[in-house]
Amino acid sequence: MKRTMIDFWVGLFIALGIVALLFLALKVSSQSSLPASSSYTVTANFENIGGLKVRAPVKSAGVVVGRVAGISLDPQRYVASVTMKLDDRYRFSRDTSAEILTSGLLGEQYIGLEPGADDKMLKDGDRITITSSAIVLEQLISRFLFSKAEEGGTAHTEK
Amino acid sequence: MTNPVSRALQRLGAPVTNTLIKLGFACRFLWSVLKASPFALHRFSLTMREIWFAGVLSVLIIVVSGLFVGMVLALQGYETLVRFGASSSLGVLVALSLVRELGPVIGALLFASRAGSAITAEIGLMKATEQLSAMEMMAVNPIARVVAPKFWGGVISMPLLAALFSAMGIFGGYLVGVQLLGLDAGSFWSQMQSAVDFRLDVINGVIKSVCFGIAVSLIAVFEGYDAPPTAEGVSGATTRTVVTSALVILGLDVLLTAFMFRGI
Amino acid sequence: MVVFDDVSFAYGEQPVLRDLSLRIDRGQVVAIMGGSGSGKTTLLKLIGGQLRAGSGRVLVDGDDVTVMNEAQLYGMRRKLGMLFQFGALFTDLSVYDNVAFPLRERGRLPESVVRDLVLMKLQAVGLRGAAQLMPAELSGGMARRVALARAIALDPAIMLYDEPFTGLDPISLGVTGQLIRELNDALGGASIVVTHDVAESLAIVDYVYFLADGAMVAQGTPDEVRNSTHPFVRQFINGEPDGPVPFHREAEPYAAALNLERP
Ligand SMILES: Nc1ncnc2c1ncn2[C@@H]1O[C@H](COP(=O)(O)OP(=O)(O)OP(=O)(O)O)[C@@H](O)[C@H]1O
Ligand SMILES: [Mg+2]
Repeated sequence: MKRTMIDFWVGLFIALGIVALLFLALKVSSQSSLPASSSYTVTANFENIGGLKVRAPVKSAGVVVGRVAGISLDPQRYVASVTMKLDDRYRFSRDTSAEILTSGLLGEQYIGLEPGADDKMLKDGDRITITSSAIVLEQLISRFLFSKAEEGGTAHTEK
Repeated sequence: MTNPVSRALQRLGAPVTNTLIKLGFACRFLWSVLKASPFALHRFSLTMREIWFAGVLSVLIIVVSGLFVGMVLALQGYETLVRFGASSSLGVLVALSLVRELGPVIGALLFASRAGSAITAEIGLMKATEQLSAMEMMAVNPIARVVAPKFWGGVISMPLLAALFSAMGIFGGYLVGVQLLGLDAGSFWSQMQSAVDFRLDVINGVIKSVCFGIAVSLIAVFEGYDAPPTAEGVSGATTRTVVTSALVILGLDVLLTAFMFRGI
Repeated sequence: MVVFDDVSFAYGEQPVLRDLSLRIDRGQVVAIMGGSGSGKTTLLKLIGGQLRAGSGRVLVDGDDVTVMNEAQLYGMRRKLGMLFQFGALFTDLSVYDNVAFPLRERGRLPESVVRDLVLMKLQAVGLRGAAQLMPAELSGGMARRVALARAIALDPAIMLYDEPFTGLDPISLGVTGQLIRELNDALGGASIVVTHDVAESLAIVDYVYFLADGAMVAQGTPDEVRNSTHPFVRQFINGEPDGPVPFHREAEPYAAALNLERP
């Protein structure tokens, strides 16, 4: 095999490999974890986070604006403390409320942000005070059954 | 053999001591390959030739296998996902399994049987016909001239082949999912893109394939260099390359996966 | 230039060379003769440092090979050229590239000089016409001559020839013998020729050593050898089956091995 032929094929091979890598990088995947420089961190306490995971998206009006960076339990008050990294481009007022939502009936859980009306904006390290917990399906069902049973019970005594 | 250590080793039996001796030799060998590497990379045309052997000649099998694996994944995945009404996640399933696991692992297994065995046989035969000895006598270090370029050729080719495998597999999944089963192309790609993380999935997959490339190339050149200089010696070494590589790839995969994706 | 000083060597348990002493001076061509398996190839590998002597010293150009480290060995080998018993041509390179190999690897020569040198060496062994063939396309004798051209490519000071004459027709044999002699005289180095070809080697060498079972049994100049009464030497140069050199390797009695003897 001539030297130039080898050079040609090896060059083609490496180009193909790089194209494949680029395809994986640009078309197949996305850079979801935001670089540390262009993000700021806020925390929020929830009574119950349900199945929320680290790296779950934080959305506002359906647009991904950040990611959950860490989840821990506050040992004094026994509430879940969730830190999230938000994109610098998006600023939210201080009275923004955070809510744990589920995409679809069985889908992944994410944090929804609902901006308020305050002039002051959230800064790095701030805390979101208005939160509502995850809807836990089991609790929902048991509450539903319980209320049904109660209804049935009252109906019974009425008789 | 009054020394308690050697007595204990003796009781462990010859197979164990032989394995340990071989492992020690392999480490010493790796060191001499690394020491000789500046030469091999300096005269890059040598390594180029080995990339041609190990990489270019493996492209066909990698591309075809990747395409088929991706298509099968899509067919099987569709069956399962459609029951949960989640068939639009097919792209996610295909891409994640290829990028994280199947690309690096199957790519490396194919690489070991296609290129690894050839490397072992070539070095083993060169040894059996005294070509390596002849080089030594010409004051040319055969590890620098023959072994190190083959090692680096393999190490460079492996991640590229694995990326090709994954890309072809995803393309195969697209063919089946979108063209054959009629899923929506837009949601196929966009769901895939939002679920596959560049750093966590793609980069980790590449890291895996680099590790596998180092392991397979080292095993291949080592078995060839260590082969008894006979016909059976070389054929046995070739078989050992494929078997050992397969075990090491799968074992390493467990280890690396445990490191990379734990707790997520 | 090459001195063996009480050298012993064993492959594992099996002794191959025993208390061997010999010396080859500058300008000399020396033949080493001995039966198959008497340790001739082993002796050459000891000189190249590919094997290490169990005891004794091997001096090449005044330096002890047995105590050299890897780097020193490679330095020492730059003075050596070796023709391997089985040629050991690089099967993935053409004849031309085989001969050019030591020139390209060791000397920083421009390609035009390499070309001239390669063609000169191939011309010397009569195979310039085979330059573009691959080793697999050569006959045994041609492969051996290509190997010879490769061994002398860098004009090394010390040449080791492992059976340069086997497999050659009478004409190439004579030419090769002359080539070995002329090369040595031109370079003023030393050559060691391991051979079985008594007539050809006696015509070109200065001194002969006879090796049997790893030990030196006789030595002398060609004239001394021709007139020797030493039974070993007589048997060897006349090719007689009976004498001190056993044709058979040590074994149990033949009749017993074939189960002919009834108890
Ligand atoms: N790699 C080896 N391992 C063990 N024993 C060996 C090895 N190589 C050679 N021997 C033994 O060493 C002895 C000398 O071998 P050597 O090759 O030096 O013989 P030789 O004189 O070159 O014979 P020939 O003329 O047939 O080439 C032989 O008895 C052989 O069995
Ligand atoms: Mg021999």
